[in-house]
Amino acid sequence: MGTLLIRGGRVVDPSQDIDRFEDVLIRDGQIASVGHAGTQPLGKADETIDATGLVVTPGLIDMHVHLREPGREEDETIETGTRAALAGGFTSVACIPNTEPPLDTQAAVEFVHQKAARADTCNVFVVACVSRGREGKELAEIGQLVEAGAVAFSDDGAPVYDAELMRRAFEYCRMFDKPILAHEEVLELSRGGVMHEGLVSLTLGLGGMPAAAEEVLIGRDIALSEVTGGRLHAMHVSTAGGVALIRDAKRRGVRVTAEACPHHFTLTDESLRTFDSNFKMSPPLRTAADVEAIIEGLVDGTIDCIATDHAPHAREKKMLELDRAPFGILGLETAVGLSLTRLVHTGRIGWPRLVAAMSLLPAKILGINRGTLRPGAIADVTLIDPNLSWTVDVNTSRSKSVNSPFHGWTLQGRAVATIVGGRVKYRLS
Amino acid sequence: MGVKLMDANAAAAASERRTPTTGRKVGGTLCPSKGNQPPRNLLVLLNSAAPPATGHRPTNPQRPEAKTRAMTTIALPHDTVPPQWTHRHLLDLERLTADEIRTLLDTATLFKEATEGCRRKLSVLTGTTVVTLFFENSTRTKTSFALAARRLGADVVDFSASSSSLSKGESFIDTAKNLEAMGVDAVVVRHATPGTPHLLAGHLSVGVINAGDGPHEHPTQGLLDIFSIRERLGDLKGITVGLVGDIAHSRTARSNLWGLVKLGAKVILCGPPTLVSDRWRELGVEVSHDLDAIVPRCDVLNLLRIQFERQNTRPFPSVREYAHLYAMTRERLKRAKKDLLILAPGPINRGVEVTAEVADCPQSLILGQVANGLAVRMAVLWLTCGPRANGHVETTRTL
Repeated sequence: MGTLLIRGGRVVDPSQDIDRFEDVLIRDGQIASVGHAGTQPLGKADETIDATGLVVTPGLIDMHVHLREPGREEDETIETGTRAALAGGFTSVACIPNTEPPLDTQAAVEFVHQKAARADTCNVFVVACVSRGREGKELAEIGQLVEAGAVAFSDDGAPVYDAELMRRAFEYCRMFDKPILAHEEVLELSRGGVMHEGLVSLTLGLGGMPAAAEEVLIGRDIALSEVTGGRLHAMHVSTAGGVALIRDAKRRGVRVTAEACPHHFTLTDESLRTFDSNFKMSPPLRTAADVEAIIEGLVDGTIDCIATDHAPHAREKKMLELDRAPFGILGLETAVGLSLTRLVHTGRIGWPRLVAAMSLLPAKILGINRGTLRPGAIADVTLIDPNLSWTVDVNTSRSKSVNSPFHGWTLQGRAVATIVGGRVKYRLS
Repeated sequence: MGVKLMDANAAAAASERRTPTTGRKVGGTLCPSKGNQPPRNLLVLLNSAAPPATGHRPTNPQRPEAKTRAMTTIALPHDTVPPQWTHRHLLDLERLTADEIRTLLDTATLFKEATEGCRRKLSVLTGTTVVTLFFENSTRTKTSFALAARRLGADVVDFSASSSSLSKGESFIDTAKNLEAMGVDAVVVRHATPGTPHLLAGHLSVGVINAGDGPHEHPTQGLLDIFSIRERLGDLKGITVGLVGDIAHSRTARSNLWGLVKLGAKVILCGPPTLVSDRWRELGVEVSHDLDAIVPRCDVLNLLRIQFERQNTRPFPSVREYAHLYAMTRERLKRAKKDLLILAPGPINRGVEVTAEVADCPQSLILGQVANGLAVRMAVLWLTCGPRANGHVETTRTL
């Protein structure tokens, strides 16, 4: 496979506390060495990438992606979704099992792995169902799903309603040290809602989804995690109250981790004044105070990582009336730009924290051997131009869908090369 | 039939200006001036029905068997849309300025006078086609819009969603685009989802008029309520208006709220906390859960219908209990100011929001409201579809 040298970049690798100018040498798909800049003799590698002015990070990992296949190939396929991931700088994604049929059998997990192998793009890790058919009635065959390669368990938007079943799931998953990724929403409280319940929803006459719908279930799951010792990962935390609950639980030593989405630290419910269904997602865009709380959670580590909840929907589905349009927006290709623009360039977090949130910690939570540039590690590497100013254009998106509210936004910072297993899979032309 | 312009120059000019997008000419012939040359911009009303000498108005002004034709001269300030009105659409009152709302109300007053209480016909929108696109049931609003459009000489096409290809799975945007392609000039839309008119305005180049979008806004209803109040009380500044009932699900409440607040009235929202959120206070309006406490302070009470059809869950234990706490009864009326005005956007649930005796009492404007609806809708149609002096149509689509 040969050697690839990434020269002269700023290497940020929180797994080794590295943040300095280094050269990275890749040999046969693995990291061979990370050495002082300029010490690798020129011409020694088969291929050299000049990374001057770029930031070199362990490959980014998005642990919350909807690839839609099988069942909803009109929205996205494993191939198109992973191509979007590569263009966004992600070398790995974890796909969520709310497909049709849901990923609740070994065969289904195997199907995704095979499709991903055929696509030959980025790594795809499978999150499988907690309950059979995501019906919340009986546990899926979690042990066999682990054997098939599932890295975590989630019923996603159909949160496990039965508290006793959820408790059993926590207890059972502990045996495999797998986290339960929980979409925290009491559906009765948000029924009929299309946006955050607040002054804006009141004014627009749109059905509200109260913050309490999220916080009540976060509270329940923290208690169940505490009583069982099982691992809870709260997906897409969007409210200040949710951040506070998780902060408090972590302080008590509960095994809880959490993620936040770029849109939840960028946009507020005011966006819904346009009535544009591209601002409709679940959990909904909250208030400015919630946005600030999410950022504070990312700063102090209460929220471990950034995940996109990439949720493609075919154009015609989103062109419906606001209450009939589905929840969800694209995320893969805008995550780096939004995170840099909103968090790093504003001085809220530094590069090492950003890379931890987008690579090291997702790898740790999912228990996958990624997220590091240690010698011997699989050579997943992302090169980011931190200052590249670019305009989001959904028409050039790799995704099959175009439902991004950020179309036309100018962002600062973008992935310019994505290397998976030592092979350059994406370069910004 | 209809209105003729007395002044040939003005008529010619107007016909050139009219509907610049289609280049359609104004219908009708010029009327020779009799006696003194009237000032420019005078509209002459040619009644198709003979007006009785007594001043008694015919019950059917469009009666075809007209024998004599009488001419009434009515002054309209402009034969084009006043320059301070720049909107192509009427989507909500929240985004209008106080001056724009006054322009709407003043125009409605002119039309009410010009049509002698909305009973006669003008031809200021001849050649214009208005389509009523109702995705929700409506009798009064749709009829009122259709009548208002006809009073102005426009053609009206009704499009009801149940009979359309919507039941075959066509999206509402496709449906509206089809109508646009057929050459209509304005779409009057009602839909159960907030923001649907706004969405249409973003997709269509024709004027969009919101005739009610779910619980969001019903601008012409708000305007006609305010118009009715203004007709009785004059300036709204400083008067206290209580909006009582199902504020949560009421588009009429929201349109009233914005219009009233912008024109300087004090608004009190009243109803149980399950229907009247305390969060409204953040907009600077008063919230009360006690009707008895606010009745003596109000100059106007607008009694809003309980919208059972929009409620996922029942916001109060029983209709009996609701009526006990919030129905406007004779007993409550006794504690009100003597000249209290009572409005109800209807259809009213007698015995729920208001008892029959109060609905029919002298203070009630309920039927007057309906008549004023025509004036307001004529004003809205004319302002959004009428001829513009310098083509000062909004270039950017308003959302």
